[in-house]
Amino acid sequence: MKRKISLTINGKSYTDEVEPRLLLIHYLREVAGLTGPHIGCETSICGACTVMLDGRTVKSCTMFAVQADGRQILTIEGLAADGKLDPVQEAFWNEHGLQCGFCTPGMILSSKQLLEDNPNPTDQEIRHGLEGNLCRCTGYQHIVNAVRAAAKAGA
Amino acid sequence: MIPQTFEYTAPQTLEEALGLIAGGDRKILAGGMSLIPLMKLRLATPGEVVDLGRVSGLNGISENGGVVSIGAMTTHHAIETSRVTRAHCPLLAETAGHIGDVQVRNVGTLGGAVAHADPAADYPAALLALEAQIKLISAQATRSVAASDFFLDAFTTALEPGEIVLEVEVPAEDQSEGYSYEKVPHPASGFAVVGIAARIKKDGNRIAMARIGVTGMGAHAFRALAAEKVLENGGSVADAAATVGDGETPNSDLYASADYRLHLARVHAARALATAISRAS
Repeated sequence: MKRKISLTINGKSYTDEVEPRLLLIHYLREVAGLTGPHIGCETSICGACTVMLDGRTVKSCTMFAVQADGRQILTIEGLAADGKLDPVQEAFWNEHGLQCGFCTPGMILSSKQLLEDNPNPTDQEIRHGLEGNLCRCTGYQHIVNAVRAAAKAGA
Repeated sequence: MIPQTFEYTAPQTLEEALGLIAGGDRKILAGGMSLIPLMKLRLATPGEVVDLGRVSGLNGISENGGVVSIGAMTTHHAIETSRVTRAHCPLLAETAGHIGDVQVRNVGTLGGAVAHADPAADYPAALLALEAQIKLISAQATRSVAASDFFLDAFTTALEPGEIVLEVEVPAEDQSEGYSYEKVPHPASGFAVVGIAARIKKDGNRIAMARIGVTGMGAHAFRALAAEKVLENGGSVADAAATVGDGETPNSDLYASADYRLHLARVHAARALATAISRAS
């Protein structure tokens, strides 16, 4: 039986009827039309589907949309404010913290979380904080550089 | 990967939740970090799921009279970072920080993890070393089960149908105690190939108390009682570590054979003990 859910995504209200088995990532991409969060491994390993739920990062492939009822979601699409990139986005741009870009939305949200929890991380702490996100281009060094730069810029 | 269809209920109160699960045939969803992957693979195909995520009163950490109480729906992240756990049961906080990754720790819960009882889960080692009590509740009654009587087999616990984990009670660690959780994570899954939780209390140069919990080795976590005895009788860390896993049948898989696992357990037991001893005062 379908259930009605109401949630806020990137500051905008959404109300939809969904099957309980609909995963949050499928809801975001196919119902809400937000294709920033990617489907990578679908097994809660790769982190490409990372979004923020009430301010904490989650893997949206391992959550049902009904669990997000009444809650606040931030996807990569909601990060830039008034056309201005978030400092973490800016740092990824400047440091070329991406190659193919597939993991980038998840990497950026996880980096944001990391810097909120620990504004001055060591390289070791950056790598540990991003352990839930895989870059299959293996472009980790520039990603770490980007997070370090974002920290320096006070992101 | 799309799970089979199911009916979903999200009760708001504990009473309502316990009424719903009283029959014992509904699946309980906590953080979902184990259940949802199983449902996506259709290894689990429950017809009805009761989500505890909206039940009030199941979430929180408090300390009272030397006992730390942690609600079942408390996330690993909260346990890792809470001032209460870091001050009063730092072994559990350290262990929580080794689970999965940040996103998993933000969602996964203590109650879900202990009820699921994965043989490679991290908490059971720490809960055994901490001599924790698991408080269970059903529509009829509450009861408390020692961690050593709770984990019975792989994915099998003392939970009866109609019961859920209400909270976990951890006797506060003594300030002078040393502790350590040493883990060999599987490189792909992050689960413990072996994990060793150690607590040490010193009396001068003597070891007055040793508690060692081991996970990942067998069907369920266990206490390394022989190793504890060796230390408490004045034996060396090397001699104690060499007894870890005696009498157990270690798991064997593509990543780690039984012999290799046993070797890892002993090497990492020695490391955990050395760290715990160095942290004890």
